[in-house]
Amino acid sequence: MVTVLTETSATELEAGPGGSHPSDELWLGSTDTAAITGWSMKPEGFCRGDICVPTPPGKADRFVQGDSINVSAFWDLMGKPAVRSADADVWLLGEGANLRNDALLSLQAPDFTLPDLDGNLHALSDYRGKRVLLITWASW
Amino acid sequence: MFEQVKDEDFMILSVAMDADIEAARPWIEEASPDYVTLIDQNHLLSSLYNMFNVPQAVWIDETGTIVRPVETGGSLDIAQEYDQETRAQAKLTYINAVGDWAVNGSASKFLFGPEDAKKRVPAMTGEIALAHAKFQLGQYLRRKGRTEEADALFAECCELHPESWNIYRETAERNERGLAAGDEFWEKVRSLGEKQYYITIDMEGMPG
Repeated sequence: MVTVLTETSATELEAGPGGSHPSDELWLGSTDTAAITGWSMKPEGFCRGDICVPTPPGKADRFVQGDSINVSAFWDLMGKPAVRSADADVWLLGEGANLRNDALLSLQAPDFTLPDLDGNLHALSDYRGKRVLLITWASW
Repeated sequence: MFEQVKDEDFMILSVAMDADIEAARPWIEEASPDYVTLIDQNHLLSSLYNMFNVPQAVWIDETGTIVRPVETGGSLDIAQEYDQETRAQAKLTYINAVGDWAVNGSASKFLFGPEDAKKRVPAMTGEIALAHAKFQLGQYLRRKGRTEEADALFAECCELHPESWNIYRETAERNERGLAAGDEFWEKVRSLGEKQYYITIDMEGMPG
């Protein structure tokens, strides 16, 4: 069993395909990869929407084997952090600094959805049409 | 705190950067705020907005555009000596500026144009992005009771992103009042030297 986290999701999967891959690599089937990350293999490479990252020439085996995708290798290739627990039973596919910087420099406020104390979810974009003072605090 | 600036076109979205909801709950219930308060257990906002302390604020206009990038939310630095009056004045200056924006919208003199706003966006590094990823993984493991693994990750986060008080204080030991404000904290604050704990903001009338 492996749990794959993204910034907004947690997915529990049966053991990765094959089982013969090193523990510092996260191999997922194409369906799971698409469901969890939104990225999928196309003839152009590893794609989401209009964006495609070509598989490095001559190294296809390191990235794709049959229906299995080395998601952590693609994450590295894209400059995004892929981190794991010591036993490699929990992975987190994070977001990279470049994407964060581009998003903030566009001056479009990054959207998010978070719960209130009663568990009701609120998205920043729910409040479009109002001026929003977004302010943080903490108990600590 | 901001009641005097309420307006149907304006709202305060207050976010508690607390991994432990129960630690935040009494604060939220006591304040019984009539603004929206959300809880960010994984510090997602730190990652999205490159935040590193509380209070930090972002001003977002009706179209979802950032008109004041992330900055200290009206507090003066704790590493420097300010009298109570000056600290109160800083807070009031900030609140009045928010009020001016709430009332005057895009005509407020406190907004930055796109080019000025971009210059004020703090740059994220690969180390910071990695720290946020490890922090979120650590929080997941902590919730699963895997505290040793989580603590090891948090220690790595503090090394990767030493400027983040959010990461340090969230994961540091707390005192009986729930504050991560012991000797080690103050030692870290003192060691900032010329750097500030609360970075003074660029706002007309702001002391400090």
